[in-house]
Amino acid sequence: MELFANLAHGFAVAFSPINLLMCLVGALVGTLVGVLPGIGTIATVAMLLPITFGLPPVGALIMLAGIYYGAQYGGSTTSILVNIPGEATSVVTALDGHQMAKQGRAGPALAIAAIGSFFAGCVATVLIAVLGAPLTKLALAFGPAEYFSLMVLGLIFAVVLAKGSVLKAIAMIVFGLLLSMVGSDIETGASRMAFNIPELADGLGFATVAMGVFGFAEIIRNLDHGAEMNRNLVQQKITGLMPTRKDIADSTPAILRGTVLGSILGILPGGGAVIASFAAYTLEKKLAKNPSRFGRGAIEGVAAPESANNAAAQTSFIPLLTLGIPPNAVMALMVGAMTIHGIVPGPQVMQKQPDLVWGMIASMWIGNLMLIIINLPLVGIWVRLLRVPYRLMFPSIVVFCAIGIYSVNNAPVDVVLAGVFGLVGYWLIKHDFEPAPLLLGMVLGPLMEENLRRALLISRGDWSVFVSRPLSAVLLAIAAGLLVLAVLPTLRAKRDEVFVESEG
Amino acid sequence: MMSIRSLAGACLSAFVALGAFAVPASAQNYPTRTITMIVPFAAGGPTDVVSRIVTAHMAQTLGQSIVIENVVGAGGTTATTRAARAANDGYTLITGHMGTHAASVPLYPKLAYHPEKDFEPVALLAGTPILILARKDFPPKDLKEFVVYVKANAEKVNAAHAGIGSVSHASCELLNSILGVKPVGVPFNGTGPAMNALVAGQVDYMCDQIVNAVPQINAGTIKAYAVATPERNPSLPNVPTTTEAGLPAFQAQAWNAIFAPKGTSPAIIATLNAAAIKALDDENVRKRLLDLGSVIPAPVNRTPEALATLVKNEIAKWTPVLKPAT
Repeated sequence: MELFANLAHGFAVAFSPINLLMCLVGALVGTLVGVLPGIGTIATVAMLLPITFGLPPVGALIMLAGIYYGAQYGGSTTSILVNIPGEATSVVTALDGHQMAKQGRAGPALAIAAIGSFFAGCVATVLIAVLGAPLTKLALAFGPAEYFSLMVLGLIFAVVLAKGSVLKAIAMIVFGLLLSMVGSDIETGASRMAFNIPELADGLGFATVAMGVFGFAEIIRNLDHGAEMNRNLVQQKITGLMPTRKDIADSTPAILRGTVLGSILGILPGGGAVIASFAAYTLEKKLAKNPSRFGRGAIEGVAAPESANNAAAQTSFIPLLTLGIPPNAVMALMVGAMTIHGIVPGPQVMQKQPDLVWGMIASMWIGNLMLIIINLPLVGIWVRLLRVPYRLMFPSIVVFCAIGIYSVNNAPVDVVLAGVFGLVGYWLIKHDFEPAPLLLGMVLGPLMEENLRRALLISRGDWSVFVSRPLSAVLLAIAAGLLVLAVLPTLRAKRDEVFVESEG
Repeated sequence: MMSIRSLAGACLSAFVALGAFAVPASAQNYPTRTITMIVPFAAGGPTDVVSRIVTAHMAQTLGQSIVIENVVGAGGTTATTRAARAANDGYTLITGHMGTHAASVPLYPKLAYHPEKDFEPVALLAGTPILILARKDFPPKDLKEFVVYVKANAEKVNAAHAGIGSVSHASCELLNSILGVKPVGVPFNGTGPAMNALVAGQVDYMCDQIVNAVPQINAGTIKAYAVATPERNPSLPNVPTTTEAGLPAFQAQAWNAIFAPKGTSPAIIATLNAAAIKALDDENVRKRLLDLGSVIPAPVNRTPEALATLVKNEIAKWTPVLKPAT
């Protein structure tokens, strides 16, 4: 079989000492990037890109790929421990992950995140090797109309995410959409809501808002009177580092479903991995016998999104490896790395650069293995970090967040903005608004708007494209169905337990 | 890698430079420390790649390292504003391009710098030819048919571009103004997504830099009608020039050039220009640039004066084309 010959070739490439070393370096850096709040993969890959120019191309790309999927492992760590998502894809992990940490179960949460990521990574790697080429068609079948419908579906997920009032969740989504509109209009270039501040011309950064409403707001709240008890609780009652047999049994189906969802959504260029994590969480909550556990430390709420985002991170390589088209900013940087080495990726990259393509695929499996070996023992160290007194911990978090935000654009304004969003976030927490739907609205907003406008430009203003294209119609139908499920109980004046978890 | 020999060469050329020009005291030993080269686009993009290839060689000649700083945002104008305000001591330079130093003038009415008034031209580095591309099943077979078809179906065709102010947007506006058509322009975030849409057949045509397009053309996933330069490009020998194909008016290149902040001493400019020319004559540098599909400027076009003229002409060329778009 050609596949096995190719894979054997790939492993031969990946197992060369230099490439193994590159893979390990990538995995380590990726874990670090994921763990440090605010320091995102795009900024890191951009910063490290020049270093790779002196390396052999295959090794350089193996390392960059390692950083990318390694960050998905690490991203969950701060979500769980301190309720600060390291990456957009770990936002939903914070919902149940941090609750588990508060209950003294940070260890099992971190461990299940790593195990789920490992399983998903392995499955997705096999998928790339076996079905990479045919799956490319899916990436091409998604035009502007389909993307818009997918984004609508994504926003409906955000409603289902909400723990408390549906109305407040919708308000947060709309607020997120509004924030996403700051910056230049894609079609005319006109400046929107930038108030003549040049740093706002390209819009608000995700890291800026996320660090503000999650990170800084959480810190302010923790320093609040009365929160001290809560904090000591986190520090004192730590039980068991590894998941129990029951945890594993609960998580297994969630990991399987998360992997499938993540693998499919990851292929789509753009926000695939983010939607995958939200979708996986929503699916688990919908399927659960007792949905009220979600948002209160349900292990499935950690296992499913973490599996999904890692699977999506792997399968997002498919358009790059089969078409030569980068599906997201990190991949675009990798194309840059290839270009510097004189390799311009294109549809024939698999035939012309078998060392590169199959070496990378094989290295992903090796990288995932390394990551689980790195991450499982780290669980103990991370959990011990929780015992660090808060008066020492919070200044370090603030400093790390500030450095991270600054490093994205080298812009001091971003740090100030994050501070402002910290105050906004604190106000929101105090009034029981949840930041997760806000962030989803902000991530999906630009994709939704741009694709809506593209679709309407191409159709010359004819709205029927969204229902006449079959894929788009199906997505909208699912969205409508979910919305009805969400609204019906409210209409009956009997709130669905999906949305009501706490009366506080 | 800097070998002993190239170090010696660097010292030698520094002495030659010292001897050749009357050097004011401040610039006498230039450069004595690391030089920062601002690149107004992300690492790995066409401008970044050209900068890195050329500055790596210039660093050998100058005997000091040149650090690339990628500053992105607002179509490269954020970085260019920063460069315009930097100290004019020769230690902060910028690799400008067609967008930052010409198209930005009509596109951004509140531009915080002027390409001519706020910069000293140093040297033109390379040009990247623009191609007219179409989805593989777009009916016209060659450029002549394309012109007829687009004019006849102006209401129906869609042209993709990589965002307002991008090279693909500016060059497509130029093409459309020459053809006298106003097709619907579909904006994408960068050339990657735009190319994806073209490969998938969601849009009809676009203008793009040669680097991104060559592998797709060779694989037959898209087709190229013409290259908008006077000569055919070695990486696409079968694609005719716009002159050959019957549209000589459409000439466009995305050029990259080094600029220094206004007031940088002429001696420093001369030193830098000499180092850039030396890089452009290096076999290895030339090969790497040609592999990217770049056009290396002829010796007559490498002087600071020639670059000043180019900037002037380019502003004049793009202003009427891009003005109505904003």
